Order: sequence, then C-alpha cells, then structure tokens
Amino acid sequence: MTIGNTAIKVENLSKCYRIGMKEEMHDSLIKSVFSFLKSPVKNYQKHRSLYNFKDVDKHSDNSDIIWALKDVSFEVKEGEIVGIIGVNGAGKSTLLKILSKITDPTGGQAIIRGKISSLLEVGTGFHPELTGRENVYLNGTILGMRKTELDSKFDEIVDFSGIEKFIDTPVKRYSSGMKVRLAFAVAAHLDPEILLIDEVLAVGDAEFQKKCLSKMENVSQTGRTILFVSHNMHALTRLCPRAILLNGGVVQSDGESNKIVASYLDFGKGVKSEREWPLLAESPGDNVVRLRSVRVRTKDGEIKDSVDIRKAIFIDMEYDVLEEGNELMIYYHVMDDQGLEIFNPIDSDPDWRRRARPTGRYVSTAEIPGNFLSEGMIYIGAGIWNRNPEFRRLSVPDTVAFLVVDNMDGDTARVDWIRHLPGVVRPLLNWETTYSPNESGR
Amino acid sequence: MDSKKNNSDKLNSNNDNLTIIKPNTGWQVINFRELLEYRDLFFFLAWRDIKALYAQTVLGFSWAILKPLVQIIVFTIIFGKVAKVSTEGIPYFLFSSVAIIPWTYMSQTMSESSESLITQQSMLGKIYIPRLIFPIIPALSRIVDFSISLILIFIVMIYYRVMPTWNLLLTPLFFLLMASVPVAIGLWLSSLAIRFRDIRHAMPFAIQMLIYSAPIVYSASTIPEKYRILYSLNPIVGVIEGYRACILGLPIPWPFIWPGIISAVILLVSGALYFRRMERVVVDVI
Repeated sequence: MTIGNTAIKVENLSKCYRIGMKEEMHDSLIKSVFSFLKSPVKNYQKHRSLYNFKDVDKHSDNSDIIWALKDVSFEVKEGEIVGIIGVNGAGKSTLLKILSKITDPTGGQAIIRGKISSLLEVGTGFHPELTGRENVYLNGTILGMRKTELDSKFDEIVDFSGIEKFIDTPVKRYSSGMKVRLAFAVAAHLDPEILLIDEVLAVGDAEFQKKCLSKMENVSQTGRTILFVSHNMHALTRLCPRAILLNGGVVQSDGESNKIVASYLDFGKGVKSEREWPLLAESPGDNVVRLRSVRVRTKDGEIKDSVDIRKAIFIDMEYDVLEEGNELMIYYHVMDDQGLEIFNPIDSDPDWRRRARPTGRYVSTAEIPGNFLSEGMIYIGAGIWNRNPEFRRLSVPDTVAFLVVDNMDGDTARVDWIRHLPGVVRPLLNWETTYSPNESGR
Repeated sequence: MDSKKNNSDKLNSNNDNLTIIKPNTGWQVINFRELLEYRDLFFFLAWRDIKALYAQTVLGFSWAILKPLVQIIVFTIIFGKVAKVSTEGIPYFLFSSVAIIPWTYMSQTMSESSESLITQQSMLGKIYIPRLIFPIIPALSRIVDFSISLILIFIVMIYYRVMPTWNLLLTPLFFLLMASVPVAIGLWLSSLAIRFRDIRHAMPFAIQMLIYSAPIVYSASTIPEKYRILYSLNPIVGVIEGYRACILGLPIPWPFIWPGIISAVILLVSGALYFRRMERVVVDVI
C-alpha cells in the first residue's frame, strides 16, 4: 500500500455507541417479580448488545445508537500540524481515541505511517506514593518511551519542569501545579513522528502554558506531524496552519485554520469578541453620542473569543458623549445563535442614572456572572437610549460575539451529564435532598 | 540517533512502520513483539504496585509474612489439633506452611489480576498500551511478597530439621506453574469483569471456596483413586503438591501434577485469546 508522504490517512472512519436502553416499567407486583427473575438473562443480552454492532445500519434511524463519528475522511501530510475543533460531542475525542488505538472504529479505516504517540491527558499513571523521579520513568514508559531513552532525557525533563528540588519527594506532597509541570515535562520530551494532543493545555498556570506552547512550536518546526484538539482557539490558530471542523461526527469543513476557527466561532456572521470604530466619523451614533468600541473580556482584562462557563464575563462599551445635557440609558441585547433574546441588561449604575451627562469618554461595563449562560455562541447587540424625550440614539445588532465553553470538569451545571444539554441559560443551582429511609411507599 | 538519519529513507521505502486501524472482528493472536517493546513498562508498573502496596503502613513488608503466618496458625489449630486431619505423619504446621505460602501468592494475584482492568480503567481510556500487561502485572509485583514469605518457610524447615534435597531444583517449574495459574484466571476474569461486575462480588468468596479445592488444609492422598485425574485437573493441586514434595523432599507425585499443567496451559492460551477478543471493546463498555 503506497500512500506517498501522507502521515495519516483516514477513510470513512465511523464509530457508534449504543446508549442505555429504556428501563421498563411494571405495573404489578407479579410482573416486577417475574422481570426480576428474568433480569440476569436480560442484563446479559443488554451487556452483549453494547458492543455488538452487527445489526447496525448506518442509514437507519435507530434511537439507541449514537454515531460519534460518521464517514470521516481526511489526509494529513508528513510534517503538517492540524487542529481539530468542534463543540462538545462533535467527535473530536473519539477521533483521537481511534487514531491512538484506545478504541476500535465500527467502520472505515485509518492508515498511520510512523511512530505515533498520543497525549490525551498529562500524567497518566502518576502514583501519589512514588517520587517525582519514579513517576517520570513510569509515565514515560506508559507514553511509550524506553528506559534508556528516559535515562538520557531525564535531566532535561527535570530541568524543564523546574522542580529539581523535589524530584525525590513523593508526588502526594506536590501541589497540583507541580504535578502538572512534571507531567507536562515528560510529555514534552516525547519524540514520536506523529503526535496526537487533546486539550492538555487547559491545565497549569498561564506562564507554564506559555512555556509549553513555545515548546510545542519548537517541536512543530522539527517536521513532526501533529493533530491537536483544543478549545483554546488562540493557541490553535497560532500552532496549526490547518484546521478540521467536526460537527455531529462529520467533517463540516477543512482548511486554513483562521477561516475555520472564525466560521466555527460565529458560523458565518463575522462577529468577533472585540469591535472598534477608530474613526469618529464612521462610528455609529449621532451628534450627541458615538459608540467607539465594544469588547468581551475576562476579569483580568483578557479579550476572549471563548470563555469558561464558570467564569464571569465583562462586556465593555466605550462611547463618546459629544454634547452635554442628555440622560442616557446604556443597554445590551444578549442573544443566542438561534437569534433568541436571552435577556436585555440595562445599565443600572446609580451614579449615572437619571443624570444629564457631561461630554467625554465613557466606558460602561456589564458583568455577566459565571454559571449563568448556556453553552454555545452568544451575540451581543449594543444600544444607547435617550430619556426625556424617549428615543433610540443608537443600536448595533450583533456587535460582538463569544463562545461559552463547558469543559465538563464536573463542577459546572452539567454535573455528570455529557450529552447535549438544552436550555437558554444554565445556572448552577443549590440542590438539597432530604432522605428518610423508612418512609418509602407510605 | 541512527533511526533519525534513516527516517527519510525509511519513509520513502515505506511499509515497515505502517499502522492500519480498522474494525477488528474475530480472534486476535498475541502480539509478542509489541509486548517486548513495552518490557520496561512491566517493570515500572510492577514497581509502582510494590511501592504502593505497603506505603504508609507501620509493619511494611512484614505483612508479607504476617498474613500467611496467621492463617497457618489458625489452620494448624482447627485442622491439625481440633479436626486432626491426616497429613501422613508430617507435622501439621510444616504441612500447611509449604502450601499456604504459594496459595497466598496465587489467591492475591488472582483477585488483583481479575480486577486489573476495572482498577486501571482511567488509564485505559487515556492511552494505548497493550492491555495484556494489566492482568500480568500482579503476578510480577506479588513475587516480592512471595519471596519475603519464603523466609517463613526457611525458619519452619530449620525448626523441623527438614534437610534440603535435590528436589529443590524442580521449584522453578512449580514457580512457573504457580504464576501462570492466577494469570490465566486473571485473563479470563478481568475481561469478563468489564462487562459483568458480578465478578467483583464473587471473587472474594470464590477464593475462599477455592482453598478447599486443593490439598492445602488436607492431604491429597485422601482423594479416592478414581477421582484423582478429575481432581488434579485443578492446576492449584499440582502447584501445592509440587511445592510440598520439593521442599519436604518427598517423591514428586506426578499423577497429581501432569493434569494440572495441561489444564493450566489450556486455560492460559484460551484466556489470552479471549482477552484479546474482548480488549477492543474494553474502553467502550467500561
């Protein structure tokens, strides 16, 4: 089989899962006793069917089958760096798991040329009772390195991690940051021809992340083939010239990463997380007030295309008042990607409420709390309303947009739900369960 | 370093490093070359288990002696003194010591090996390593325990003035048999346990029963002649009888050993094949 200088060739790769079958309800004691007696047989059949797909037809609409990947085909040339993007459940992780041999595909095939390593997690196999040194060797061999290889790279790894002093201390005494550093240091010294990376940059402090990114940039210049899955769009566009967008298990688009990421972020509307009008004459508004910029940022002032669902989001509106003596109401429209208005916040800052404004530059900021918006694209429209007399001074629909990402760490309102979770908002509520053991059925 | 230089040649001449991923159906053979490539991992995973086993315990590796010792004492009192089980004249303490130490190794390895895929499931979903490693590791890491507990046997031998004989040269054979039995069972049960967690509940109690299936607390000579082959198909019988004869310098009771070796080999090969068949769905079912 000749595949030229192709490193990875994926042809019609498909993978399906069978989700749990419906539980039957029993309306009588006899029936439930009978079904209890029958249950070992039924459980056996159910367990068997979980991995038996002989009867599955790709085109049929079988409700308990989920196609995590469906007829995915693409080629990656040797030395190419390709980013894989898509919302949760689009099939990114499944794709990497199949390519790294963790799970088998249901159909299609992939041909890989060269030694392949996958990093779906850093620190796999780390054991708290072992010292840093022992964990380097353990983790390294798990990742496919040989002991001799680790011997020669050991000093470099320890040096990269920056925790020389604690290398002979059991890892259970490490802070979580130190653990990540050490784990990443091992991973960064992998030397395969093809590397599959999944989201591992989501851990560690910002400075260390930067160090890892630059290490990866170095790696990518050595002609290695890399497949990179990430929600970090900045890192992705920086590292990967090419991106593949997966949606619902199929390849939606494949091409230059800037274009793919942009289309992913706003599905064609061309809205970004920051918008500025550098020229006053071209800015929206009238002779009283002009909108100069709107930006989406985190608490630290970082402008973000995608935000963690748990984090508060700050939306700054910068505007110039050119003529004094008007009462202004600053407001936003917050919409989802279906165009549904989620809510319309109005500036309630008491300092400027019902007060005629002097001329000058203003920045009004609305804080949207964390654990409030639902996952997906959020579009913000900006507007300024005049009071006494009542009329609209300016309104710019879809001024900025950002993506809310739920990383599924288990501490979000998703809890342990991993599939599509509908809903306009996703607040994290207080839940409480009271339990009385002896009162069931009374 | 050479490999890097040859990289371009290799890729042009192609084919030698091609991985083809496609749906696997049916039976897979064992990839020994791959296992060999991961040989360092065997060592480090076993090392991890050994180090973690008695971490933060006061007695540490003394547990390796204490656990069988307590069992030997209890059995000596119950079966030796109270029930007066026949041991063909061998002091009961000596008789059971040489059986319980290999049995402890086998039962511990067996239960760890059977649960190996469940306990390592987080790793299974994150990285590919030959899964066959997992049920084999306990057989390696428990060797340390076993070796330490051999001290107990030496002490008992000295106390009862048992002279070493040439029979001791046969111990490697029985060691091999002793290690392969729990691995064979572990291969079967670990792959079954992924789907049927019942195994987990059945295991401790099955092991309690299993101790009576082999001549550990009683002598094999009490088994009627006509059931001997059937009885000896249980490979644990061969291991215990073999060790006992080796250490005590008795004639090796081959009729009790051959059937066990055959069934152990069958169990091991079939277990490995079944494991290979099941490992491809492990991650999806776990």
